[in-house]
Amino acid sequence: MKRHLISAADLSRDDALLILDTADELAKISERSIKKLPTLRGRTVVNLFFEDSTRTRISFEAAAKRLSADVINFSAKGSSVSKGESLKDTALTLEAMGADAVVIRHGASGAPHRLAGWVRGSVVNAGDGTHEHPTQALLDAFTMRRRLGPLDGRKVTIVGDVLHSRVARSNVLLLNTLGAEVTLVAPPTLLPVTVDSWPCEVSYDLDSVLPKSDVVMMLRVQRERMNAAFFPTEREYSRRYGLDRDRVAKMHDEAIVMHPGPMNRGMEIAAEVADSPRSTIVEQVANGVTTRMAVLYLLLGGADLGGEIQ
Amino acid sequence: MTTTVIKGAKILGGEPADILIRDGVVAEIGRGLAGDTEIDARGLIALPGLVDLHTHLREPGREDAETVETGTRAAALGGYTAVHAMANTDPVADTAGVVEQVWRLGQEAGHCDVRPVGAVTVGLQGERLAELGAMADSAARVRVFSDDGKCVSDAVLMRRALEYVKAFDGVVAQHAQEPRLTSGAQMNEGAVSGRLGLTGWPAVAEEAIIARDCLLAAHVGSRLHVCHLSTAGSVEIVRWAKSKGWNVTAEVTPHHLLLTDDLVEDSPVGSYNPIYKVNPPLRTRADVEALREALADGTIDCVATDHAPHPVEDKETEWAAAAMGMIGLETALSVVQEAMVETGLLDWAGVAERMSAAPARIGRLEGHGQPIEVGAPANITLYDAAVRAEVDPAGYASRSRNTPYEGRTLPGRVVATFLRGRPTVLDGKLA
Amino acid sequence: MVFSLADAISHAHSGARAVLEGPDINRALVRISHEILERTKGAEDIVLLGIPTRGVHLARRLAACIKQFEGRSVPVGSLDVTMYRDDLRLRPARALGRTELPADGIDGRIVVLVDDVLYSGRTVRSALDALNDLGRPQAVQLAALVDRGHRELPIRADYVGKNLPTSKSEIVKVYLEENDGRDAVLLLKEDDK
Repeated sequence: MKRHLISAADLSRDDALLILDTADELAKISERSIKKLPTLRGRTVVNLFFEDSTRTRISFEAAAKRLSADVINFSAKGSSVSKGESLKDTALTLEAMGADAVVIRHGASGAPHRLAGWVRGSVVNAGDGTHEHPTQALLDAFTMRRRLGPLDGRKVTIVGDVLHSRVARSNVLLLNTLGAEVTLVAPPTLLPVTVDSWPCEVSYDLDSVLPKSDVVMMLRVQRERMNAAFFPTEREYSRRYGLDRDRVAKMHDEAIVMHPGPMNRGMEIAAEVADSPRSTIVEQVANGVTTRMAVLYLLLGGADLGGEIQ
Repeated sequence: MTTTVIKGAKILGGEPADILIRDGVVAEIGRGLAGDTEIDARGLIALPGLVDLHTHLREPGREDAETVETGTRAAALGGYTAVHAMANTDPVADTAGVVEQVWRLGQEAGHCDVRPVGAVTVGLQGERLAELGAMADSAARVRVFSDDGKCVSDAVLMRRALEYVKAFDGVVAQHAQEPRLTSGAQMNEGAVSGRLGLTGWPAVAEEAIIARDCLLAAHVGSRLHVCHLSTAGSVEIVRWAKSKGWNVTAEVTPHHLLLTDDLVEDSPVGSYNPIYKVNPPLRTRADVEALREALADGTIDCVATDHAPHPVEDKETEWAAAAMGMIGLETALSVVQEAMVETGLLDWAGVAERMSAAPARIGRLEGHGQPIEVGAPANITLYDAAVRAEVDPAGYASRSRNTPYEGRTLPGRVVATFLRGRPTVLDGKLA
Repeated sequence: MVFSLADAISHAHSGARAVLEGPDINRALVRISHEILERTKGAEDIVLLGIPTRGVHLARRLAACIKQFEGRSVPVGSLDVTMYRDDLRLRPARALGRTELPADGIDGRIVVLVDDVLYSGRTVRSALDALNDLGRPQAVQLAALVDRGHRELPIRADYVGKNLPTSKSEIVKVYLEENDGRDAVLLLKEDDK
């Protein structure tokens, strides 16, 4: 494994499988009465969140604490893009505190790359702008593997605002690494113009893709996209790209429905679909802790890889 | 009256000759000439002093990034004898008072001539015309008008500006960037921006404005100059406009002749390093090839640096927060040598045309851009094309260090620069 | 991968010496099984927990012996101690082994930890810590195929297949049919590894 986890592209197939296999072992820990391991005792993990994301933060926090790491939550919301200088100053502060790992969520794409040049510890990307969210992709892959077995040749359909989705970018990269076949479904306005260079298929027609999908992953639609004329109305979006009962009926019996959350019930996904047995949405949350434990263990559980500061 | 002789210089790369300078003018060219001061220029190429149509000197307002003094030092070290100082200062150079101030600061510094560019619209706001005539009539004798950094996107305002500057043979230098298509844009829209999740800056946002402006210039019979062309499509449009006989000229920056957008994803200085953030953005390899060809065949008239200094804190940030721009005065000739001369696309006469004669002509800048011949002002740059060195901005005269070439090896070195016979640079150092 | 002992001796481990061959290992395990039965009075409450990888195979073999002698199945599990090791920081992070406890758990049982080689005692220390997080056994005992000495902690084995005097520069390698295609214990000089 590399020193940082910034992009899903940082992971080789062996790396990704090692993380998933490690998570499989660690999943058992959460079934025990004592859910804590001494492995990262004395190590410091900083959760550096420039954006509100309570779900992701507490997931990383639980993962670090179950491995006995010291956790420092550093909420830097407000010091966002307009005061860019603060990122470097913050990095120097963390460096002085001796952070062994920094988990960063930032509104600007590439912020973790910049941070990695300024701190010695490992940098874990917990979502950067519209770029990537690699641990989300890992927990999604973990969830799929638990339900469906190995992912080679499995057909995964990702539906929604791919253009602005860090979840989609990381999933396309990781699933491709793991041998799955990904199809992106979205209105053309919500796909990058160069999406044909991505290692996946693209379709504008959800109904034609559903019958052959093993996994259908719905992305959250940001309501502000509507004002920027990416699509005419919520109603039209929902009708063409929303997952309702009728559409689920076209899926085969074992196929699962995923959503990274938080959901817009009734918009991209109908409530009855979200709550159905096909849905893995609650599992995804639990698996998030396990997968992040695996990532933190593999990054911090061994010898110091000796990073350099730029 | 003292005389200077430059001994054994290869004028435009030709046969070695001596150049005798008297009273700031080239007095004689030949063999075995003698003078009070002799400068050994054996092996060096003599070019007419370079002229930059597009320099940001930042003064007044952002003296932390650059001043007229430091910027013109950098210009002289880069072989320039004249620069056009862009109008996006604070206050904006939109009145006779501000342009005269900048012009006077240039005179006082004395490293090269400073010709201010006047703003097209008041405060670069794109709402109403600035007093273009007053700036033209001022001591600064402004002939180039530009809202550079911002596009004159209002078609009616652009038409009026093009028409109005005809009265004093001015030219409107357009920063072609359709604002709605580039709202929040961060880098060239393409495969790399899609992967990096950075808002794309489509080529069409530049090309659409250039096409419109060419048609407007033709319609009103005025001169249009297009700043920093960056796409293959822009080249096609300018080529078409020129084929119609329209009075359209264009420039390209050194960095658009060499660098591509994939550096944002992967470079020796990491991913997302804002050292590569620039307006217009770095484009693709195909665009670079098209720009080089267009500069070679004359579709693009000249090289302009778009020297854009920024202090460290404006670049040591996450990508989206960083300022756009690169410094370029001290590397321009080296980059052109690498991109154009070493590729066989231009000879040194071609370089002189693109970096001296053409920009002086477009800017109506008298006393610059003339061939090195008897009777011409002795604005001369001596250049050693045979050396190669690693770029180290630590020694740069510019107050800023935002060069994208740090650590890269580039050819050539400016050895001396003469402004009307007076050396501003000797042996690679300020004289 | 099928490991050939002959190859190993002739090529990779030119200075290697086989200290136990297949039949020796069998005899040792049979003896340990008897000792466990004797010490635990019929092995009624015991759980055999192997430490991955080879300790698990040894635990299964011991269980098979006990079944043969007494006709009773003894619960067998595996206990990965990686996350409890004290030397994690000395090497890159390693893959985890499996931890599988018998369905009835370990509370109130006599846990017999099974490992291939007993050396510094640090692995066993890690195992004791891991057990602590998993339940509360009545007692914990230790079985090792080879005890090569050089203890760094106050730990000793209850059952030992072979006491093997070694120097610290030597390496003890255990090969088992299930894992390596052949049963053997080799003693190597450091420069042979």
